[in-house]
Amino acid sequence: MNAIFDTFKLRAEAVSAEVHRFPHKSEALDFILHYLHDAGISDSPQAGAVWASCPFLDGFDQKQISSLLPGLSFDVNREASAEAKVGISQLDWAIANTGTLVQDAARVDQRLVSTLPLIHIALIRSDRLVPDLPSALKQIRPEQTNYISFITGPSRTADIERVLTIGVHGPEKLIIVFFDGVVCDEPAGVN
Amino acid sequence: METKFRESIDKAVHNPNLTGALGRFSEAYRISRAKAYEGYDFEALRTQIAERKSYAASHLDELADLFTQNAEARGTKVFRTNDPAKVREYILNVARENGVKSIVKSKSMASEEIHLNQHLEAAGIEVGETDLGEWIIQLAGQTPSHMVMPAIHMTKEEVASVFNEQVEEGQTPDIPKLVKFARGKLRTKFLDAEMGITGANIAVAETGTLVIVTNEGNARLVTTLPKIHVAIVGLEKLMEKFDDVVPVLTALPKSATAQLMTSYVSMISGPVPNTDGTPKQLHVILMDNRRTEMSQDPKFKQAMQCIRCASCLNVCPVFRLVGGHVFGKIYTGGIGTILTAWFDALKASDDIQSLCIQCGNCTEVCPGKIDIPGLILELRRRLAVEKGQPLAQKAIFSVVNNRKLFHSMLRAAYVMQKPLQKGNFIRHLPFFLSDMTEFRSLPAIAEAPLRDTIKKIKQPAGKEKIAFYAGCLIDFAYPEMGESLVKILNKAGIEVVFPEGQTCCGAPARYSGAYEVAAQNASDNINALLAENVTYVVSACPTCTVGLKHDFISTFESLGQTDSLPRARQLSDKVIDFSSLVKKLVDDGRLKFKEGQQLGKITYHDSCHLKRTLHATQPPRQLLTEAGYEIAEMYEADMCCGMGGTYSLKLPEISAPILERKLVNIKNSGAPTVVMDCPGCVMQIRGGLDKQNSSIKVEHTAQRLADELEAS
Repeated sequence: MNAIFDTFKLRAEAVSAEVHRFPHKSEALDFILHYLHDAGISDSPQAGAVWASCPFLDGFDQKQISSLLPGLSFDVNREASAEAKVGISQLDWAIANTGTLVQDAARVDQRLVSTLPLIHIALIRSDRLVPDLPSALKQIRPEQTNYISFITGPSRTADIERVLTIGVHGPEKLIIVFFDGVVCDEPAGVN
Repeated sequence: METKFRESIDKAVHNPNLTGALGRFSEAYRISRAKAYEGYDFEALRTQIAERKSYAASHLDELADLFTQNAEARGTKVFRTNDPAKVREYILNVARENGVKSIVKSKSMASEEIHLNQHLEAAGIEVGETDLGEWIIQLAGQTPSHMVMPAIHMTKEEVASVFNEQVEEGQTPDIPKLVKFARGKLRTKFLDAEMGITGANIAVAETGTLVIVTNEGNARLVTTLPKIHVAIVGLEKLMEKFDDVVPVLTALPKSATAQLMTSYVSMISGPVPNTDGTPKQLHVILMDNRRTEMSQDPKFKQAMQCIRCASCLNVCPVFRLVGGHVFGKIYTGGIGTILTAWFDALKASDDIQSLCIQCGNCTEVCPGKIDIPGLILELRRRLAVEKGQPLAQKAIFSVVNNRKLFHSMLRAAYVMQKPLQKGNFIRHLPFFLSDMTEFRSLPAIAEAPLRDTIKKIKQPAGKEKIAFYAGCLIDFAYPEMGESLVKILNKAGIEVVFPEGQTCCGAPARYSGAYEVAAQNASDNINALLAENVTYVVSACPTCTVGLKHDFISTFESLGQTDSLPRARQLSDKVIDFSSLVKKLVDDGRLKFKEGQQLGKITYHDSCHLKRTLHATQPPRQLLTEAGYEIAEMYEADMCCGMGGTYSLKLPEISAPILERKLVNIKNSGAPTVVMDCPGCVMQIRGGLDKQNSSIKVEHTAQRLADELEAS
């Protein structure tokens, strides 16, 4: 498990993603809330965060979380996503040897939160790491869903003078948060 | 060649922004591509891609039906047509029916192929390219200079001024700021557009899936925000199984941009909900535009194996000088020449096919295993059949086809060149021929050709005989190279015979598309060389060796002259290049090097045909090392020197800068001598160094080794 995670981390960081890993969901949530706080998420314009519904949130009280952090919304729509600074979603699979995340993205909110905001926080269960592309395509197939997304690092371009520039149309920051899947009931507060 | 075409070449090679950017990119690409493929078996991978794509090309109709059936079962509308006009009409109708005023596009070569934007704009619809490079050139009113990096020819200053003039004042040449500016401006367009148009990189028949690869994330927005998604898919994108995605998706990012994976891949298999909950209208247009015809052509079917990575552009010594604009509007580089000939018209490739110098770099990196230079030669052949050869060329080849006349003219040239000759060089030619000697001196025709001087060499009679095929350059300009070869083989106790009936190998004719002439040359040589009872036919010119070993067969095959094939194959089995033969003799203990010599530094230039067709990169290096030389490898040792046979005469404006790069790399190696296995490369490189008054010695490997070897 650690070797495959290390490979993923190496590859993902090589394409400018940030990678974190937490043994418990509560710690992952704690990290995210701190991050949002530090990023200045508030209910002012262009300062919001949108969080697409996902299994990670099961067992957490969304209202309580929202009340801790004005500006964070679980009601994802086009307008809110276009205004948001941060988008959060859970992805389904991670491919170690390319540092790629894979998602059933048929639900439009999955794509809105990961395309429009400047920062995308991607949650992923640690046991969903697979070694390579063929093993990922055994798990997720077009028979199951009309839209499969692969995400490898933030949006990038080298179209002007071949200078690598991050964040052209999609997020300029991709923060990947692995959690090892132990459920904890208590959401952490924001300090 | 059209004047306009020549002018476009002239403009390109004198544009330092273009040649600078492309040159630096090609150098970086070679390294980063190799790194991206670390740990992968590229040969196995591309064999798999070629096999799967070739299968699809043989089953296009069936796969298109299957795709249609599977995609429609999930609610996608599929429209299939051969006619570009019907594609435009279909899209315009969908736009009109839905009141579309604004369209956002992610990159689609297929849409450029049918000039879709102009058509939609003429109907009053706003069309915005969203790929940054495509947007920049759309604003600038230009065409792409590279298939993957369309605006690589522009500097940040130029981009800023395009933004200032076309979008909004106040932009400065700061790349991150320019990108941010584009993000903001295009974001509004994404949010406002009613229709999104994309291409696709793969269309999977068994699942009705489109696979779309991007880095910027624009395809994700184009397929998410507008309520209508239209995908224009060339039939060559069809693949049978979903598992076929794996090899293509493994190779494409590595070959295209040296990435392990692009930032985004979307696999769309049916309509998904829009942001307001309504289902998206998803239209897939399967566009033929002569692809079916191409897949049925026995030669060009393999062009269907292209995955549009543009790696053939990135490794091409010509492309990095001229860029994409000289190729026309859409498809560029080696594969672009072939696609233009089919999707536009054969005659549209008339000028651009001449740009290929036949070095074969692209065949080493093509993930679809396409023989691009081979297909360009076939274009040349078909063009020559269609419109006939130029008159002057015809006249020359009629001479070449008459060995006695050809050879007596070469002898006469020795006398005629006298006033122009300085030592062994001709440094200036008068009048319209002056271009040929502007950047390199030409070798003077030798007083006595090898076919005469070889008779005077006293050779060991008897035991083993090997036939020497000299080729025109060694025979008439550099007989001393042939004499060195004879000297070496004699030391191994071998008698070298020179079949008098041998003539030009036919390469100049073949590479000009004059296959009938090449076939006549082939027959004459086969007759001459098979008449002798010899163990090998050796040549010290790799182009000739390739001619004897491979091209005779392929020329006969192209012309359907199957009767000639058995003897061509018989000859082919006997043919060997100089260095491989000598290495064999050394390994067999029939020749040895003088012991304990330390001969100092030397640098080696790989000739194109020796490396990429005969795959003999090691024998000359091993021989030189065993002799006692220390090989100081030059940068890009295996990059073409710009000679390319008659290429350097037809396109001196391209040949000269390619040579210039080679000379710099030779000098930077620090070696006092550069050695190579090809008399053509010697002619080019020696001539170039002579023009620069350089003291670096240029020799054929045979000359360098002649005195270092002795009998065992």
